[in-house]
Amino acid sequence: MTDTSTLPAEVEALIGRVQYEETGEFPVERGYIWTSCASVENGNPLFWDDDTAGEITAGPIAPPTMLSVWFRPHHWAPGRTQQALPLQVHFDLKELFGLPEAIMSDNTIVFHEPVRPGDVLRTRQILRSVSEPKTTKLGSGRFWVIDVEYANQRDELVGVESYTGFGYKRETS
Amino acid sequence: MSIPTDTHKLTFDAVRPGDVLPELRYDVTATTVVLGALATRDTRPMHHDHDFAVNRNGTRDIFLNTPNQAAWFERYLTDWSGPYGRLGRMKFRMLGSVFPGDTMVLSAAVEHVETDDVGCGWATVLVRLTVDGDLKTDCTARIALPVDHDDNPWTRRGDEWRP
Repeated sequence: MTDTSTLPAEVEALIGRVQYEETGEFPVERGYIWTSCASVENGNPLFWDDDTAGEITAGPIAPPTMLSVWFRPHHWAPGRTQQALPLQVHFDLKELFGLPEAIMSDNTIVFHEPVRPGDVLRTRQILRSVSEPKTTKLGSGRFWVIDVEYANQRDELVGVESYTGFGYKRETS
Repeated sequence: MSIPTDTHKLTFDAVRPGDVLPELRYDVTATTVVLGALATRDTRPMHHDHDFAVNRNGTRDIFLNTPNQAAWFERYLTDWSGPYGRLGRMKFRMLGSVFPGDTMVLSAAVEHVETDDVGCGWATVLVRLTVDGDLKTDCTARIALPVDHDDNPWTRRGDEWRP
């Protein structure tokens, strides 16, 4: 996907570089686990019944697909002067290329150690590739692939997400 | 609240390529979309602000976000597998958006089954999310299933877990 010949040097330099190593703003907690399950009517007893969780997963766990939830920054926090954004590399690329709109088109998640209530996760973002300019029905822009790696407080890998984003300008008619 | 206790255990030997999963139909409302955004701590306006979605994103309405769709896929797969099913990998591709007023339908078939080098049983399942027959998202999921009634994929750690 990468065609570095069309990329500004400042973008090319970001490919493969570890960025935004961060620790989650709050420990994994069960309220959000239940809110997530409620949003999709997930009755898996692993998330509702401690006896079942004790027997199958050695205690409560979070739904694996909640990985990114634990890194969404608070919408507001004391002393914060500008809004914190999840997947900052994605927003950096929008800014660098002057592309005001963006969507995510593909997402791959690989699950490793289970995430448990009380865990404090760490994350880091790695830009993997940027496409040459493309035009789709949404507009003109570029695709990019960003990996987000997640680890727990014991330095165990809990998951890796790969996002394909498309930043674009809408066509003017 | 009643605590769910359904611990049915779908085992690897009961699954064959071509097996079809029961369909899940769900009428999406604005509440579905907003609750999904809230549950995933996603405050981006295209998931709660109709005017922003239409006039900035150029979409018909607010729409389900990606992490909440992942949660729908997880729920759908583990409804089938039971709690011993352990997700290893999900790859999904958003082809269109899911809006309030849509009836989304999740359907799936087993594409492939295999036992890996460390004895873990895997099913690869292709899941389709459609609205009025139009494919909106497809998902390829790799889920570990117990190889027999004594096995539990959740006990696998380190090199024993190869998602």
